[in-house]
Amino acid sequence: MALEGHKKIETNATLLLTLSFLVVTIGGIVEIAPLFYLENTIEDVEGMRPYSPLELAGREIYVREGCYVCHSQMIRPMRDEVERYGHYSLAAESQYDHPFQWGSKRTGPDLARVGGRYSDEWHVDHFTSPQSVVPESVMPAYAYLADTVLRPTYIADLMETHRMVGVPYTDEMIAEAQVDFIQQATDFGDPGVVERYPGAQQRDFDGQPEVTEMDALIAYMQMLGTLVDFSTFAPEEALASR
Amino acid sequence: MTDTKTPHAEEQKLLAGDPETTGHSWDGIKEFNNPLPRWWLWTFYATIVWALIYTVLYPAWPMVNGATPGILGFSTRANVAEDIQRFDDMNADVRARITEVELAAITPDENPDLYNYAIQGGAATFATWCSQCHGSGAAGVQASGYPNLLDDDWLWGGTIDDIHYTISHGIRNEDDLDARYSEMTAFEGILSDEEIAQVVQYVRNISGQEADATLASAGESVFLDNCAACHMDDGTGDRFLGAPNLTDAIWLYGGSEAAIEETVRHSRFGVMPPWSADASPAGRLSEAEVRSVSVYVHSLGGGE
Repeated sequence: MALEGHKKIETNATLLLTLSFLVVTIGGIVEIAPLFYLENTIEDVEGMRPYSPLELAGREIYVREGCYVCHSQMIRPMRDEVERYGHYSLAAESQYDHPFQWGSKRTGPDLARVGGRYSDEWHVDHFTSPQSVVPESVMPAYAYLADTVLRPTYIADLMETHRMVGVPYTDEMIAEAQVDFIQQATDFGDPGVVERYPGAQQRDFDGQPEVTEMDALIAYMQMLGTLVDFSTFAPEEALASR
Repeated sequence: MTDTKTPHAEEQKLLAGDPETTGHSWDGIKEFNNPLPRWWLWTFYATIVWALIYTVLYPAWPMVNGATPGILGFSTRANVAEDIQRFDDMNADVRARITEVELAAITPDENPDLYNYAIQGGAATFATWCSQCHGSGAAGVQASGYPNLLDDDWLWGGTIDDIHYTISHGIRNEDDLDARYSEMTAFEGILSDEEIAQVVQYVRNISGQEADATLASAGESVFLDNCAACHMDDGTGDRFLGAPNLTDAIWLYGGSEAAIEETVRHSRFGVMPPWSADASPAGRLSEAEVRSVSVYVHSLGGGE
């Protein structure tokens, strides 16, 4: 009887545990391991770079305030989403996100390509009082961001941590982190930050002399989805060029 | 009355000498061998077979460089590109015609199909790209100086061609050299506090609002010397310069004393991005879309 063989496993706890673990391991390897080498999951895309210190700080605020609870950052490959938000998101666009901000709930719109879609002034008005520009909005106000001065005391540590999980910050980037942090939020600031982080936008984002949380969050908003030049992006070539 | 004498059905089986148990016995308690229903079991086998067929049809098994593509050649990227292409093809004809015909000829009488397309498509474009500042109902936001598009007061002109130009090139932006441009002087430091107070009352007066008569009459000469060049002697403004009409009840930033004083002291500098991808590298919309949204805005009530 077939049950006789199985009886040995069922009556031996150690054997049962070992074999169960083996089965789960095989399942895990088959499902997870390919994601680390399959071409369409690790597609390399031109233009991607690690977040600048100010953008990274803005991203921390985004996570702290729980923006991901209402806003996704992933444009799905469907016509209606592409028409509204722009080119569908690529896996590579989240490659320096730890953790990623794809989200699964859209009470507000998707923000994967919100960069450059609004002016800085609009963002300041909107964060201060969302209903002042979008009367039907249910978003809470974040006016206090403009009152909270942000100092780059721990920004280099944060970048070190991101480097530990695989973000390619160079020693130079980490050494200059505090300078870059301040200079990116300064009109006509030192251009070093733009050299280190190509495509970084450099200006006083919130119109106040100090660097505030508002500056950081708007710097992050304004770069979202802007790094890849989709006029030169061809999905099949990107796969084949690897 | 409960029947306590007849044994339970399962008990009857045992009593009838047909136990069919698994042979397991704990403290004399035996385990029945009740196999899964046949229909359930076969459904289960069918799902396994279906899963195997599915992995042949669709991308599934991870290999060395990529996953098996599946014999149906399914790809979400190809699907969305195809889908977009399909709608582009369907719209190609009407989009071509809408860019060729005179803007003024896109009316319900002359080209009802184009007009209908422009209104529907323009409304969708407006909701996606314009409503954030001008509001989903196009009523604007006075506190931030985003103009109301429903009224018949236009800063840069309200004909369909004027509206089309404004949408194409935008206002006071750095991305398009053809953007509409003008810049009001910030009069703080140029006019004295007294003169500013006078001219504010003068503007309140010519717009038909409650005003201090003494200050207002003193403000007339201040206005004529400093403001009339753009806002005209009678304060009705100049659309060529985007200088607002100050004599009506419609205000871009508000007509209260505080709002007018803020405008006089520090000026205003409302910006609109360029939208036409043909006219500007920063533009995001096709000519057909710009024309559609122009017709839509023109139709909202204030079109000239």
